[in-house]
Amino acid sequence: MNQIIEVKNLTKKFDDFVAVNDVSFSVNEGEIFAFLGPNGAGKSTTIKMLTTLLHPTRGTVTLDGHDPVRQPDLVRRTFGIVFQDPSLDDELTAWENMEFHGVLYDVPDKLRWERILQLLKFVDLWDRRKSLVKEFSGGMKRRLEIARGLLHHPKIIFLDEPTLGLDPQTRNHMWAYLKELNKNEGTTVFFTTHYMEEADRIAQRIAIIDHGKIIASGTSAELKQQTATSSLEEAFLALTGETIREEAATSTDHLRTMRRVWRR
Amino acid sequence: MKKIYILWLRQIKRYLRSKSRIVGSLAQPLLFLLALGYGLGGVFQQAGQGSYINFLTPGIIGMSIIFTAIFTGIEIIWDRQFGFLKEMMVAPMSRLNIMIGRTLGGATVATIQGLIVLAISLLVGFRPDHWSGLPLLVLFMFLVALLFTALGTMIASLLNDMQGFQLIMNFLVMPLFFLSGALFPLDNLPRALAIVTRLDPLSYGIDAFRILLISAGHYGLGADLLVLSTVTVGFLWLGSYFFKKIQI
Repeated sequence: MNQIIEVKNLTKKFDDFVAVNDVSFSVNEGEIFAFLGPNGAGKSTTIKMLTTLLHPTRGTVTLDGHDPVRQPDLVRRTFGIVFQDPSLDDELTAWENMEFHGVLYDVPDKLRWERILQLLKFVDLWDRRKSLVKEFSGGMKRRLEIARGLLHHPKIIFLDEPTLGLDPQTRNHMWAYLKELNKNEGTTVFFTTHYMEEADRIAQRIAIIDHGKIIASGTSAELKQQTATSSLEEAFLALTGETIREEAATSTDHLRTMRRVWRR
Repeated sequence: MKKIYILWLRQIKRYLRSKSRIVGSLAQPLLFLLALGYGLGGVFQQAGQGSYINFLTPGIIGMSIIFTAIFTGIEIIWDRQFGFLKEMMVAPMSRLNIMIGRTLGGATVATIQGLIVLAISLLVGFRPDHWSGLPLLVLFMFLVALLFTALGTMIASLLNDMQGFQLIMNFLVMPLFFLSGALFPLDNLPRALAIVTRLDPLSYGIDAFRILLISAGHYGLGADLLVLSTVTVGFLWLGSYFFKKIQI
């Protein structure tokens, strides 16, 4: 089987904090792969290194045969991503956000408009296509981001906690679409989630990361067997412990408040 | 090309949609024109320098351009904090092109803002010598706008959040404006001030505006063009250098 993502001895240090510590794993082409871990375990940092946003301190990454550090543009063409944090332009309409994305990814005009129509209908936002994103609720923004990430039909799609804040209807709808895409186009799906039941149901293979290290990987059944538990949630807790992780408030939180004051 | 265009278009759309920002950023130039233009007008006239409103208007156009341009450049920090920068950074497009698209958009916005101030100044009593310099004036305005948008982008690439914004306003933008000859003639200045105004790129922009609007300049149009284009190229280069280094 062709390995579309290969990660070897990947390490990322921020000053003296090691966010990702000597991580190695691989994802097969056409696989649905779940990357699980408690808050602050290093999931998002790993995804950022895979998607050219961060340079690794040490180690190598290959995406579809290309190195994100040396061939960022080639790598960027192979994947789509739905970020954990919002990444839409609030001052643009839903349609404009889609259009912007499609143009940046060289999707030809006619195909782009077809897909925008199809995807916006799919996430139930076609009627609101002319509304500014800042008028949208959290769930609507999330749906729009997912639609946008799928617009250029990438070979690999990264989804960083895509279903956070989505109702079960939208969640099922979204996974159904992704599975279709996975089956019909062989799209590799790489996702993180805190819903263990979701990972159990969707993922063909799972890796669990904690404190910057991969502590277990395999199919859901293998993980359960390894920990002698009956559900993935129990296996996860057995592997990562029951302590609640703290995450420091980021400057983004301060800034959000500030902008609200700033703009009327 | 199309990617640069859509980045440019985004800046324009954002500008046109933030009505409160447009109005807000016009209040300050208007205040300057009215309060200083009429407040100091008498003294200026008695000193034999002619109409202060006429002298001041090119300076205030320069002011609105530098404020808007640096601000749109700095907006990258917002894009970064609110995630949209990530969307641009993972797209298959060179960092240089992202920078070019954004900078052209920001510069266009700043130029429009300058033109609006020019229109307002006419209502307040500004009378240009002639209109024949208008096309060239727009060109110079765009050049000044480009220069300071690139500077704003450069600064924004080095900052992580808006905390440093006040610092930049007070220690960079304000001095650039006040030491540019926007408010006073550049002739017969004390030596120290003369040197400082010569180092301020905005001086050359406002000088060019004055030549083209009221036929009164200090450095000459050729010198202005040379200095402005050199500094602009320099800032664009530096801006894209720092922009490329952004990691999220």
